[in-house]
Amino acid sequence: MNFWRAIVLAALVATAPAPLAGEIPPDARRSGYSFMGPDTRAMQDDDTSSPGMLFVLDGETLWTKKAGSADKACADCHGDARSSMKGVAARYPAFDKALARPVTLDQRINLCRANHQQAAPLPYESRDILALSAFVAHQSRGVAITAGDDPQLKPFIEQGRNLFMQREGQLNLACTNCHDDNFEKRLAGSPITQAQPTGYPLYRLEWQTLGSLERRLRSCMTGVRAQAYDYGAPELVALELYLMARARGMPMETPAVRP
Amino acid sequence: MARSIVHTAALIASLAFVANARAEGLAPYEIIGDGIAESLTGAPGDAARGRALVLARTTTCILCHSGPFPETRFQGDLAPDLTGAGNRWTVSQLRLRMVDAARFNPDTIMPSYYRADGLVRVGRNFAGKPILSAAEIEDIVAYLATLRD
Repeated sequence: MNFWRAIVLAALVATAPAPLAGEIPPDARRSGYSFMGPDTRAMQDDDTSSPGMLFVLDGETLWTKKAGSADKACADCHGDARSSMKGVAARYPAFDKALARPVTLDQRINLCRANHQQAAPLPYESRDILALSAFVAHQSRGVAITAGDDPQLKPFIEQGRNLFMQREGQLNLACTNCHDDNFEKRLAGSPITQAQPTGYPLYRLEWQTLGSLERRLRSCMTGVRAQAYDYGAPELVALELYLMARARGMPMETPAVRP
Repeated sequence: MARSIVHTAALIASLAFVANARAEGLAPYEIIGDGIAESLTGAPGDAARGRALVLARTTTCILCHSGPFPETRFQGDLAPDLTGAGNRWTVSQLRLRMVDAARFNPDTIMPSYYRADGLVRVGRNFAGKPILSAAEIEDIVAYLATLRD
């Protein structure tokens, strides 16, 4: 038994890509949850006080609501989300064959609306898209992240990694400068996290609403005084993919709460 | 022929002039040793204004640094405490560290506060501008020089 375990372990070590200089070793990775104070943790831990759960409930309603000229609901194809959507968000962004590139969960929902419901796309950060993606991602809560496993995603993960390492903006800082090299230190009094995107969409107290990972990425870019990429831009999708692949194996927390 | 050469020379000269003007009129400075000895504005800075600038979030100083600022709760600890900076560095050294800290360590997270080129995807409102003006740098340098233990 120990013998087999050793072989499995050796195989894992042999196949796992070696972290680049500055990257966080797999066993040192920490969710943003572990950087929060007890009050914020308690808010996330209790579904009756977690504000993100209101969006999940809205999403559950939307799941069964008919939409578009096809007059179909998500549930008409996908059935009970509790089983059909379990683990799905944990592997997004996922490669889309028709588009030959990765798409985020939000983009997948809108592709479904366009192709199967004949409905107008839901705008980025609108209440309905956040509610639906929160509802879908909530079905993966506790599931280990598997994003990036598809070999077709490799060049896109690489693109995301390069963007993460690229200094930009008037302040000339890269994501890695803070989130790989200086996590847990304090930026103007607030701890810097490792940027492990385990709980999106999540409720941010600063925003007073649920928001996507893209919104978070854009606000970091604005913070270093860079021109933020537009919602849905291939660069943002690549960054999201890299971050999810970087968090591979960590459990999903959707809907998380963050300060 | 000769006339067209003169014309071309004049055109090149005017292009060079435009390129200089594009660099947002950053004051020229001379690095001597590990510092910039001369004031960027030609005048000494104002330490009181410098203190207010260090505490203003828009200058970004206390996002990373802490210092002898009892009135401000939220200070960073990504970078050294500024207490005693005036003991550790000369005015000339402080000035170059503000202008271009990357000169000493290309991997530093301290931005070069008086640089406006060679940057990537700078936001529209900030493009072509240094983070701080020459006068702001002089004020901050004057203040930091007063921080003696």
